[in-house]
Amino acid sequence: MKSTRFDYLVFAGGLLMLWQLTYYAVGAEIVSSPFATIRRALELVLTNAFWVHAEATMSAFGAASLISIAGGIAIGVWLGLRRFAGDVASPILGSLYSIPKITLYPLILLAFGLGISAKIAFGVIHGIFPVAIFTMNAVRNVAPVYHRTAHIMRLSSVTTAMTIMAPAALPEILAGIRIGIALTLLGTLIGELFASTSGIGFALVRAMGIHAVTDILALTLLIFIFAALLNASLHFIERWVRHGG
Amino acid sequence: MEVKASGQISLRGVTKIFPGYEGHPDVHALGPIDLDISRGEFFTVVGPSGCGKSTLLDVLSGMGNATAGTVMFDGKRISGMVPNGIGAVFQQDASFFWLNVWDNIAFGLRRRGTPYAEIEDRVNRALAFMGLSGFAKAYPAQLSGGMRQRVCIARTLVLEPEVLLLDEPFGALDQQTRLLMGDELLRIWRETGATIVLITHALDEAAMLSDRVGVMSARPGRFIDFVTTGWPRTRDSRIVSDQSFGAITARLWGKLREESIRSLDVAGLVPGAQD
Repeated sequence: MKSTRFDYLVFAGGLLMLWQLTYYAVGAEIVSSPFATIRRALELVLTNAFWVHAEATMSAFGAASLISIAGGIAIGVWLGLRRFAGDVASPILGSLYSIPKITLYPLILLAFGLGISAKIAFGVIHGIFPVAIFTMNAVRNVAPVYHRTAHIMRLSSVTTAMTIMAPAALPEILAGIRIGIALTLLGTLIGELFASTSGIGFALVRAMGIHAVTDILALTLLIFIFAALLNASLHFIERWVRHGG
Repeated sequence: MEVKASGQISLRGVTKIFPGYEGHPDVHALGPIDLDISRGEFFTVVGPSGCGKSTLLDVLSGMGNATAGTVMFDGKRISGMVPNGIGAVFQQDASFFWLNVWDNIAFGLRRRGTPYAEIEDRVNRALAFMGLSGFAKAYPAQLSGGMRQRVCIARTLVLEPEVLLLDEPFGALDQQTRLLMGDELLRIWRETGATIVLITHALDEAAMLSDRVGVMSARPGRFIDFVTTGWPRTRDSRIVSDQSFGAITARLWGKLREESIRSLDVAGLVPGAQD
């Protein structure tokens, strides 16, 4: 069944109610009320300081996303086209994907130092593997009958790649990008939580340090809204290129 | 179009052996096969499962190489290269889900760099010819299996192939749709004058559509009989009620029954590079 706007409203309303109940149950020491949080979030987005942090996060996240997507697609396409290499790499990629990346954080810090490059690197190691894995499978799973069709139409391998393989694999690659970007954001923010001097993650940690509960939740809410919008727009693009197929 | 005596497609001693892997023995899939298909002929291949029908089509189209023997198309030898003028429709849905029906049909013409005015003209004619005019803007996912197969046929026909290879194109469709698609195929064959090579499991389909049916043996696939139907060029699915239709089908089954049993006995014991 197709989800409607009404369903989304019910879902959002339910979440807000649950939040309000939690607030009643545990008190303002731990959770701020939805109303106070939303008001604080609005205040925050009107301050200059917030945008300085947001810009720091966005530039790291943007760079990390670009590297994750470009690198992931390059690795995925290469492995997808070479069956043997793909067979060898598949379990390796799978285990790299499932490693708790936080354990690599000290190494990343040693290699990249404090600052934006560590954040980017941490975002990339979260995001690149899902993009690579999805892309590899997308390329491998292109229906054999498409290859036969290209062959009988006497298409060159470049034409086949551009006009058949790429569009046939695109929806699956976009699904990988959607998941990869979500994880890149996670990685970038985690990178900011420790040993950084700017960014939304840094602002979060600072708010924690002074026990500013409303600030913590307001920042979390803003991150949530950003991530949800990003995910929804990528999902929309993905559905559009699928044409129901 | 007049059927000429000389073969448009000629196979001489064509054999296909798939090399064994990981200790399995080689698989002798096909041949040796000698076959001549005349220009404008409707030739159908029937045979038990796994007898190498699809391998034959691969070799005959130039998509695959024969291990031994020669394949000639229009008097020229082909090997590993699909010659110009061959089109194919497969059993699996090969419509491009990212393109609408119109763009699907225009695909091959665009790749050839045909001028737009001509593409438009030919695609619109193909749409009308295949009864798809109302669906030009629809995407394959919105169409039934039969309609998608029509899109694939139209996409092939628009390139005006001299030879149309059909690898169980109606295998995934229900019986009524298949009979009607058979009628359409006969109409396409009459109106384009193309040579048709059809591969099918269905004996009634073979008996109803073909000028000549080649019956293949169990693996390694060879032709064990050729049945000429003698149907007039203008015919349709109503000939299933003709007396000789039963006789032709019976003859085909008479030849195939034993081969099918043989093929079932070995099926699963021989590692398959087939199909």
